[in-house]
Amino acid sequence: MSAEANMTTTNTVTPNTINIDGQDIPFKNGQTIMDAALAAGVYIPHLCHKPGLTPHGSCKLCTVDIGSRSMSTSASDRRTQTKFSVDIDRRSVSACTTPAVAGQQISNDTPALNEVRKTITQMLFIEGNHLCPACEKTGNCTLQAVAYHLGMLDGHFPQFFPRREVDASHPTVMLDLDRCILCELCVRASREVDGKNVFAIAGRGINAHLIVNSPSGKLVDSDLETGDMAVHICPVGAILIKEHGYEVPIGRRTFDLHQVGEIGLEPVILAKARHTNE
Amino acid sequence: MSKIRIATTSLAGCFGCHMSFLDMDERLVALLEHVELNRSPLTDIKHCDPCDIGLVEGGLCNADNVHVLREFRANCKILIAVGACAINGGVPAMRNHFNLRECLEEAFLNGVGVDNPQIPNDIELPLLLDKVHPLHEVVHIDYYLPGCPPSADEFLSVLGDLLEGREPALPKNLLHYD
Ligand code: SF4
Ligand code: SF4
Ligand code: FES
Repeated sequence: MSAEANMTTTNTVTPNTINIDGQDIPFKNGQTIMDAALAAGVYIPHLCHKPGLTPHGSCKLCTVDIGSRSMSTSASDRRTQTKFSVDIDRRSVSACTTPAVAGQQISNDTPALNEVRKTITQMLFIEGNHLCPACEKTGNCTLQAVAYHLGMLDGHFPQFFPRREVDASHPTVMLDLDRCILCELCVRASREVDGKNVFAIAGRGINAHLIVNSPSGKLVDSDLETGDMAVHICPVGAILIKEHGYEVPIGRRTFDLHQVGEIGLEPVILAKARHTNE
Repeated sequence: MSKIRIATTSLAGCFGCHMSFLDMDERLVALLEHVELNRSPLTDIKHCDPCDIGLVEGGLCNADNVHVLREFRANCKILIAVGACAINGGVPAMRNHFNLRECLEEAFLNGVGVDNPQIPNDIELPLLLDKVHPLHEVVHIDYYLPGCPPSADEFLSVLGDLLEGREPALPKNLLHYD
């Protein structure tokens, strides 16, 4: 795009509006692209984001492309003097951590981005032990629902089959790290909503793992209680409430009845762990 | 028009996918107008002739599984991994967290109610693989049919697409892993 064309775009920008896949979306100052999209009923796939908690930006499922941001480029800008016509301002960002800025032209629901998201999802599956038929969370699991949304048929990569421990020490809550995707939602919920500090991530890279903040490292010695948000927020089957398994039969669960892309499902998903009659 | 030739087999699976295939019920009658079954537990034909489609249920847990899978790959133009076990190892792969000796000792020596404890070692028994593997780690797989088991509708959707010469595209409402 020539500098002149860029200037034209700048001039037509509506204040406090971003554009996602051709649709103008209003935002308030301080909102991220994700906040604005969700408020406008536009689904951007996400796993480590929950409205109300500090964004974490770790799963990268919400990757979107921003192209041709409205910034003035002059003819002397070296970046416009390239031999080939390239969109110099195009970049991929996490929608959940990137502030909305007036005039952003955002691509979200494109075949290319969804293919990248599918690859990320496949990696999440093969890194852990996700045997859905034997998992109590099946049908209520956001990771699985996102995989359905993206049309994932297989894990593509060789399975890691890591050996991870189950912590069944707590009287009402159990922790099965086979399925933890390290989204840190429980960490943030415990810290920011429950006012506790039960969970943390330790280690780096492939050695990253969830730890429990208690003298023994076991859940039973932490101050976790069934009513805590941290217990209910896990998007996968890593944190489960004991003695309530299979209360809702497979086939009648949240994502048997809903698509993950429906907006406003958060209360349904959270409520699911507490009541059984949907 | 000659019929499309299909072979099926169950490796480290539970035959659930085959039962689900039979769940097509009366729709099987119409399907069999266009399809003939070759090697399959349903026909008891022991080896593959050249086939158009191979449906493989179950992952790989022993040397015989690998042998059969290679025969299918060599003879089938289109090879489909059917069900959770074929796709990611499934429930049999839960043994991958333990070493093989631990599993054998638990099942045949120390298990509850074991009578005359001994680890089977008859020459007829295929050797167990160290770990259970999904199919695509050993041969190229052309398409995947997820589910535990995939529903009769899923089989029909994918076979229907192939019979009509289309690339299979499982509708999202049929996609499930459980
Ligand atoms: S956590 Fe979700 S994706 Fe993982 S095994 Fe359970 S249902 Fe499947
Ligand atoms: S236990 Fe659940 S909520 Fe916590 S980091 Fe793991 S996947 Fe996320
Ligand atoms: S939802 Fe944005 S990085 Fe996870």
